Amino acid sequence: MNALLTVEDLHVSFPGKGRRAPRTEVLRGVSLDVGPGETLGLVGESGSGKTTIGRAILGLVPVASGTITFGGRRIDGLAGRRRRALARELQVIFQDPYTSLNPARTIGDTLAEPLLGLGARAARERVATLLDRVHLPADAAHRLPREFSGGQRQRVAIARALAIDPKLVVCDEPVSALDLTTQRTVLDLLLEIQEQSGVSYLFVSHDLAVVRFMAHRVAVIHRGRIVETGDAATVTTEPSHPYTRGLLLAAPVADVAAQRARREAFERYASSAAER
Amino acid sequence: MSTPSGTPPRAPSGTSPDAPPGPLPSEPPGAPPGAPSRRSRGVPARVARHPLGLVSALLLTAILLAVAFAPALSPQPPDVSSLRDAFGGPAAGHPLGFDSAGRDILSRLLHGGRNTLGGAALALAVALALGVPAGLLAGYYGGWFDSAASWVVNMIMALPAMVVLLASRAILGPTVWVLMVVLGFLVAPAFFRLVRGIVAAVRGELYVDAARVSGLSDTRIVARHILIVVRAPIIIQVALVSGIAIGLQAGLEFLGIGSGDAPTWGAMLNEAFKNIQRAPSLLLWPGLALGLTSGALVLLAAALRDVLEDRGTHRRPPRRPSRRAAAVARAAQPHEPRAALLSVRDLAVAYPERQVVHGVDLDVHAGEIVGLVGESGSGKTQTAFAILGILPETGRIAGGSVTIDGQEIVGLPERRHRALRGNVVAYVPQEPMSNLDPAFTIGSQLVEPIRHKLGLSRAEARERALDLLARVEIADPERAFRSYPHEISGGMAQRVLIAGAMSCDPKLLIADEPTTALDVRVQAEVLGLLRRLQRERDLGVLLVTHNLGVVADLCDRVAVMSEGRIVETGTAEQVLHAPEHPYTRRLIGAVLEVP
Repeated sequence: MNALLTVEDLHVSFPGKGRRAPRTEVLRGVSLDVGPGETLGLVGESGSGKTTIGRAILGLVPVASGTITFGGRRIDGLAGRRRRALARELQVIFQDPYTSLNPARTIGDTLAEPLLGLGARAARERVATLLDRVHLPADAAHRLPREFSGGQRQRVAIARALAIDPKLVVCDEPVSALDLTTQRTVLDLLLEIQEQSGVSYLFVSHDLAVVRFMAHRVAVIHRGRIVETGDAATVTTEPSHPYTRGLLLAAPVADVAAQRARREAFERYASSAAER
Repeated sequence: MSTPSGTPPRAPSGTSPDAPPGPLPSEPPGAPPGAPSRRSRGVPARVARHPLGLVSALLLTAILLAVAFAPALSPQPPDVSSLRDAFGGPAAGHPLGFDSAGRDILSRLLHGGRNTLGGAALALAVALALGVPAGLLAGYYGGWFDSAASWVVNMIMALPAMVVLLASRAILGPTVWVLMVVLGFLVAPAFFRLVRGIVAAVRGELYVDAARVSGLSDTRIVARHILIVVRAPIIIQVALVSGIAIGLQAGLEFLGIGSGDAPTWGAMLNEAFKNIQRAPSLLLWPGLALGLTSGALVLLAAALRDVLEDRGTHRRPPRRPSRRAAAVARAAQPHEPRAALLSVRDLAVAYPERQVVHGVDLDVHAGEIVGLVGESGSGKTQTAFAILGILPETGRIAGGSVTIDGQEIVGLPERRHRALRGNVVAYVPQEPMSNLDPAFTIGSQLVEPIRHKLGLSRAEARERALDLLARVEIADPERAFRSYPHEISGGMAQRVLIAGAMSCDPKLLIADEPTTALDVRVQAEVLGLLRRLQRERDLGVLLVTHNLGVVADLCDRVAVMSEGRIVETGTAEQVLHAPEHPYTRRLIGAVLEVP
């Protein structure tokens, strides 16, 4: 198996509040890998450390120990020019489409940001191609983010991530701020792009249904540790770890009878968990 | 990956069977295409439209021009004196008269302005050159430079400016320009702290992270994303600080600690003050020049703030329940029997720009949970706010009727509406954390409303609050009672808010996305809690949500809202299994099947 991204025994901690306070361990030995053209879903609750994994891979938080290998090179601890060179291959889509675009810059300006080396004319052409690829009108380049809905802004963020044909995109809850129908169109767009370009996704989400829809394999993270990894269909239907089972049973389904059965199952699970 | 070709296998895509064929139509645009961008007008144009800004800018321009062209405008050089004319009044060619040494006042005023304003400009330039780059570095990188710079700045701010200036004159000699450089040092902290604070905030924005991931160097990021944000506050601060610099400079000169011979407004004031018995009118001209300049700078700063920070003077629309709406309410014909607990008929909610809720009908009976489902912007929260009577400032109920427990609330005076809230109808908000005040314990936040609403003693209210906390299934009520909001989890915070909502035994609970901010396992527990409360106390619940799973779990009936209208109502089973309206079908089709 020749993985594109390998994370081994990753530890990340943040300074505690106050000078003497102990550091808070956010990741306690996380290992995972993402193959070329593959989507690895990373599921967890708030505070589980799932977002921190993505940020550590992108070099936005310092790594305490462990290794991150991307395309055969160690990338943990890279800084300055060498980290910037990685931008061609490693990109991100953030959760909040409202704060991830600079409100004072036009869409075209934002999209041209990763293309600064290209020259104005080539960059303009590339921006037009990108907008077309995420199904936004060409005149969007001249408008400001506030003129767009959440779903449209997320398309812009996707276009920015794709600007220089990366190999891996870290998607940090890319649809959780969007409406249901919008969510679906954005997910479909991500799948379409993957089919065309063979890009890999590390898809971070709290929503099992979204992860199941997107991912080939799923890793479940709980309190800074991966508790279960496996094939998406298996992990999301017959999880082996009790924590994952709880997550699965707690997610309500849009069907009255099925949800009643699921609720009873969750209550049984909760009471048995309380006994343990 | 093990698969040899193409993308690896994926779990079967989970589309609900009645999903519409083909791709979903893309979401509606945020603004109509081709809507003109409102960025086009520049700052000068907008200042010109601001009445105070226009006046002060014109005045400052006039003063600056007059001072700049002082040699051309003044009748004679400022130092030419003829003792014959000392204290002489206005004469031909000398419109403002002469001072104690027989020098022309107008000439001295114009040339003095050069020194005074030039000095202030120098101080400002020094302050900007020191404060802004240091603030950028400290805010952007933090770390040791931030600590060191902040320490130095705090120390400078602790120094009394006047004393330092007096001391530096003694050491460095009586040149006004040197003193102004020192003054620049002393006001630099104002810029440092301003810039550092803003940059540190922008630094955490996701778009800055995105730029870093895009491979931009720090210099580029600062130039593209950060300078643009600090620009406006710096301009405002410049206007304010120049006023202060002019005042301090004039103060020094007035005390006679200036450069002595050179004419300045402060020195003129000093001279006039010496002769105040003989010719009090000498104070007028330099005083006026200083006052007008400083005043114009302060007003310009205020105008710039309005313009740059988009805080124009909004006219508050009259906030009163419209009589017409009340009349409509009376006229509304009951088509069907209205529910006793909550009944909404033909409700319309309007903002000055547009109407957001159009003719909504809704009923909630006692002991019933009704889901109000829709996407963002569908008007579901506006409907809930209208029922609660807590619409934002500019919104109003434009028509229709809402009865709670048989009482019409459209057109009800605010005082009587307030009595209804809490006692009959209670509210559970979406964001539990932002609805608790971080400065008070959970206990005191529960006890205060109970005492106020039920008139209980402190001890009785405490008993009741503990009882409520136990009833919302908090394991250790005593401990939760003593905790501050930051010490409890989001799920616990939502339980506390539900406890607060239940404190006066309401008949109707309005919950606006009560579990959206929670993790699924906590959501399941909170939904269970709501179900038990509803059963035990025959509570009516209006549950605003976008989550159809929550609807299936909890709701007896559902109303689906789209673009301000209810498009479909029915039992939860009907709506989820056999949706009739195309919008409902589209909504259900977009649900990703939970495995």
